[in-house]
Amino acid sequence: MDKVNISLNVNGEKVERDIEPRLLLTDFLREELFLTGTHVGCEHGVCGACTILLNGEAVRGCLMLAVQADGATIETVESLAGEDGQLNPLQQAFTDCHSLQCGFCTPGFLMTLTQFTKENPNPTEEEIREAISGNLCRCTGYANIVKAVKQVTHQTV
Amino acid sequence: MKPSKFKYLKPSSVNEALTYLEEYADDCKIISGGQSLIPVLNMRLSTPEFLIDVSGIKELNYIREEDGYIAIGALTRHVEVENSLLIKEKCPLLIDAIKWVGHKQIRNRGTIGGSIAHGDPSAELPCVLTTLRGEIVIASVDEEEVVGPEDFFLTYLLTSLQTNQLVKEIRFPIMTQGERVGHSFVEVARRHGDFGLAIAAAVIELDNQGLIQKAQLAVGGVNPVPLIIEEAEELLIGKKVTEALLKEIAELTSECVDPEGDLHGSADYRRELIGTLLKRAIEEAIARAWEGEEKVG
Ligand SMILES: Cc1cc2nc3c(=O)[nH]c(=O)nc-3n(C[C@H](O)[C@H](O)[C@H](O)COP(=O)(O)OP(=O)(O)OC[C@H]3O[C@@H](n4cnc5c(N)ncnc54)[C@H](O)[C@@H]3O)c2cc1C
Ligand code: FES
Ligand code: FES
Repeated sequence: MDKVNISLNVNGEKVERDIEPRLLLTDFLREELFLTGTHVGCEHGVCGACTILLNGEAVRGCLMLAVQADGATIETVESLAGEDGQLNPLQQAFTDCHSLQCGFCTPGFLMTLTQFTKENPNPTEEEIREAISGNLCRCTGYANIVKAVKQVTHQTV
Repeated sequence: MKPSKFKYLKPSSVNEALTYLEEYADDCKIISGGQSLIPVLNMRLSTPEFLIDVSGIKELNYIREEDGYIAIGALTRHVEVENSLLIKEKCPLLIDAIKWVGHKQIRNRGTIGGSIAHGDPSAELPCVLTTLRGEIVIASVDEEEVVGPEDFFLTYLLTSLQTNQLVKEIRFPIMTQGERVGHSFVEVARRHGDFGLAIAAAVIELDNQGLIQKAQLAVGGVNPVPLIIEEAEELLIGKKVTEALLKEIAELTSECVDPEGDLHGSADYRRELIGTLLKRAIEEAIARAWEGEEKVG
């Protein structure tokens, strides 16, 4: 099978690989780069667990071919914490507010909310709920996730 | 690795794409945003030998005003339309509708051309294009044609598009600007971001006396293709709306659609629902037309 060469920036590092064009971006991140923080739930765009940032915008990793990310800048959940493992403010808010239980959905929520909180420093509850409408969580009931966003945007809860 | 094997081609111009399409017409598939196609490839419902990725064709990414319409390049993403001030001013119905398309993560990737070419009868953009009597520009190596939604959308997920053709541009007519014009887009979906169970759109223009002088009405999600409710449009002309007239319109709308039932709503439910939704859309469009009047007057 013809492989194609792609080069992209992932979490600040330049990466170059020869891949099959049918390789999904999620599988590329997890199986070629061993960045297993990006989770795969449904593989057809419904659950949001695979959300990553593509050139700063939240997208479904499972609805893209890795070859389509040639030349792009990708950020995954692994990019959020500091070098010493220090949680960033959004991650810290998730911990403080018990916004995760099993944690399967968390990487997707964090990446969705990374773009959202950057663009909306002072969101209403309705806006927060709409922002996370594309991410499914089977454990928390969402209330504590909304609470974390309020904490990180310095709103009284 | 879910999709079956294919050869990947990435044209950087329309001409290059059309040449590939002509050459591989027998067994190729176009991909733009991939938000509808990748699930289909993952489930191997489609196994093309060639995948033609048009997403790098920069010349098809634009929003501009032409004579009487807003021209949107097929590869313009939903998010770009959502944020366009030009569209907000000249074609506000489209802005109201596009917010209903999937979620932010989908709108960040999905394209206008893809939404039209996919031909999903419950999708928002085909319904808006139908309501406003817009047009679709289609090209092949040999010719370019401009078709209306009534000739383009054939049935569920099937359009008139041939395998050697590319959707280049979508044309949304500029909506009348003025004090006595109102529009409305209403949808019922299980959750925000899901495909609609039923959608209705209305554009209403009133004359000096407050009588309706123009009405554009269409529905989606309840028929194999988006449907103009022509009889209702005609009924409204020259009248003031009354509860009885709206009830008549709701009933005739329910009668002329042909919905399918599924897990989320029976055919009968959708039939009933669409009458109510179109009634609401008309009421809201008229209320907004009066609001415009107050602002100016
Ligand atoms: C979870 C989820 C929810 C969604 N909810 C909605 C919703 O509520 N409403 C809605 O309308 N959509 C919804 N979508 C679909 C989404 O809007 C898609 O982006 C859109 O329908 C297709 O656009 P695309 O650019 O991704 O096209 P692709 O997936 O790349 O292509 C779709 C089809 O169109 C063809 N095609 C694409 N571009 C062209 C072109 N320029 N010329 C000719 N053929 C072309 C492809 O060959 C393919 O058959 C949803 C998707 C997901 C995953
Ligand atoms: S794995 Fe991508 S949306 Fe579910
Ligand atoms: S914490 Fe378990 S799915 Fe969200």
